[in-house]
Amino acid sequence: MNNVENTKKFTPEKIISDLLPQQFGRRGVIWTGILLAICCIGAFAYIQQLRKGLVVTNMGDYVSWGIYISNFVFFVAISLVGSLITAIFRLADVPWRTPLTRISEIIAVSAITFAALIIIVDMGRPERMLFLFTHGRLQSPIMWDVIVISTYFCTSLLLLYITLLPDIKIMIGAKEKMSTTPFYKLYKWLGNFWKGTERQEKIRDKSITILCITIIPVAFCIHTVTSWLFATTYRPGWDSTNFGAYFVSGAFLVGAGGVVVAMYVFRKVYKLEHYITERHFDKMGKILVLLALLYLYFNVNEYLVPAFKMKKDEEAHLVGLFTGEFAPLFWFAIIVGMIIPIIILVFKKGRKPNAMFVAGVMVVVGAWFKRYLIVTPTLLHPFLPKYDAPAKYSHYFPSWQEWAITAGSLAGVLLIITFFARVFPIISIYKTITDHESELPS
Amino acid sequence: MNGEKSRREFLAAGLLTTLAVACNSKKSPFTPEEDVKASGEKVKLLSVDGEIIEVDKAFLKPVPHMPSVSNDEIRKGIPGKKFAMVIDLSRCKNLKKCQSACNHMHNVHSEQNWIKVYEMQDADKTAPYWQPTTCMHCDEPPCVKVCPVGATFKRQDGIVLIDSDRCIGCRFCMAACPYSTRVFNWEEPILPEGVAEQEYNAETSVPQKRGTVGKCDFCPDMTRMGMLPHCVSACPNGVFFFGDINEDSVTNGSETFRFSDLVKDKAGYRLLEDLGTKPSVYYLPPVNRNFKFEDGLKKEEPAEKKS
Repeated sequence: MNNVENTKKFTPEKIISDLLPQQFGRRGVIWTGILLAICCIGAFAYIQQLRKGLVVTNMGDYVSWGIYISNFVFFVAISLVGSLITAIFRLADVPWRTPLTRISEIIAVSAITFAALIIIVDMGRPERMLFLFTHGRLQSPIMWDVIVISTYFCTSLLLLYITLLPDIKIMIGAKEKMSTTPFYKLYKWLGNFWKGTERQEKIRDKSITILCITIIPVAFCIHTVTSWLFATTYRPGWDSTNFGAYFVSGAFLVGAGGVVVAMYVFRKVYKLEHYITERHFDKMGKILVLLALLYLYFNVNEYLVPAFKMKKDEEAHLVGLFTGEFAPLFWFAIIVGMIIPIIILVFKKGRKPNAMFVAGVMVVVGAWFKRYLIVTPTLLHPFLPKYDAPAKYSHYFPSWQEWAITAGSLAGVLLIITFFARVFPIISIYKTITDHESELPS
Repeated sequence: MNGEKSRREFLAAGLLTTLAVACNSKKSPFTPEEDVKASGEKVKLLSVDGEIIEVDKAFLKPVPHMPSVSNDEIRKGIPGKKFAMVIDLSRCKNLKKCQSACNHMHNVHSEQNWIKVYEMQDADKTAPYWQPTTCMHCDEPPCVKVCPVGATFKRQDGIVLIDSDRCIGCRFCMAACPYSTRVFNWEEPILPEGVAEQEYNAETSVPQKRGTVGKCDFCPDMTRMGMLPHCVSACPNGVFFFGDINEDSVTNGSETFRFSDLVKDKAGYRLLEDLGTKPSVYYLPPVNRNFKFEDGLKKEEPAEKKS
């Protein structure tokens, strides 16, 4: 076996002391401070919105969904990675997944949390949110989204928690190091019952397998249903039978890109070079290039086929994307979000950590704008002309409140991940130890 | 002579009473209110039992001109009716009286017109024309399909309405509607004094509420009284015909047609028919026009003087 060829064989003690959560350094404090500040600005903007109404946004009766919704789609998309790395890799028995699973799970949980929050932000009447349960109509795709997103949230959280249990035991056990932390009580509360007996291990193993099997269809559902919020309407650019697969493939791409960025950052900050090795980057790079090619394929489908026909209703929309108002953004999303990362990653040299980090950032940034391009341009091209409505409704550029709230939500996701990494080991200690043990010649 | 006078009095009083009784079955209008002092002046009225009674004038109070309709009845609609509208494009010259009447009666400001008058031109070489649009009140309404809380609903009389007390403001209906008919109350609506405090009524769509969706409602409050929607009666050119498909008649107030004949003879059509939404609004093509298209381009002032 050569699972961890780059990794030296470490004793469990070394692994534990390497992977236990560490206190924030100076950089960590600054990072958290900046994120908190962005969140506060976002909260301030949201309070303004609550007081004055959605008029503080630049949305109008044509662009009735703006960056809140595209940001929501982005969050749902990136959260899909939890199921890819954890569930699909586990079921496919991919041996090098260990250091990546927890990273992808916490990305999933934090992103799906903020996906739900950002939808509430978009509502004109957030105080009536409970009507979704008291007056809910199952015919509406929004209800499907409510159901699958809450299911995905619960499944992801459970998966995160159950895989965390042996690590909590290790942390409780490492008393001399951990009892000084303010989280010691939290560990006890979360995992004191976990003794790691054979029976418990068996239940845990079985639960993880069940969760991994269930989470895959749920993950496909969350993004397929999210795509149906658009595809169930008549509008040019949304009226597509391709949308579910298009969204799911894009979601896997941005999720994998997000994991690459996160693994690079964690590796640097926590000095995990021996755990997240160049080999991991190489493998993830291959996956990323495959996913980028897949998403590119769906994009070709999505734009080339209607562009070939140029139906009248589609024409204004497509021309706006290809050469018109949205062309810079459109080509940015295609070239920077897909083509350049593909070019970087097909070469072995491109699959080194630094180059991968750049490619990962490109994928994530491109993906964010791609979501914007899916939502907004379509709304600017209704079937009937834009007429008898204020001129400002014919264009859309988000207001500072929209930017602030969106930035706040992005910062919120990063904040959850940061705090999580402060409190819990970002790489499974238990799994790393067992991996190393199975490597040792017996 | 005395008898003559009393008979006239009797008749007038009787009319008043029956009207009053018919309009307010629950509470007698003659129940004296505590803070009302008797004026001493008596009025003769005919009671429900057919007896002539005397009531102090001060105890008479105006009753609402319409019986209140319960929320459940509003959701069901008017039994036996199937409302439809026919818009004759050959008569429209972009006066927008429909729009201003509609905005006025529903307290909607001019940035969120429920009725829009489009300047349409189907192809480069075809003639331009004016096309007023209301809500299409589709029989397969995409907006109703997507509403997660049943805030927008389809009634048995064909009308699609919005319950602004239910709407959560997700705006999915706006994305779903292919006719761009729905508008959103992005800010606190500017309402005349006293209107904002009223309880919301889905049949009048008043008062509009912040963070909810609004749109043309086919004025069911008017049809309940046997009257025409505001846009229909406001149009001086008789563009809008309104009526009941079950009765097979539509009217613009001065002319009445058999609906099926009108649509057949003038080759009526519906907007975006291929989407399968089955609108309740029919259009008559802009042929043999009463006005030149260019008349509609002129400023409103001379047009108003002319009419």
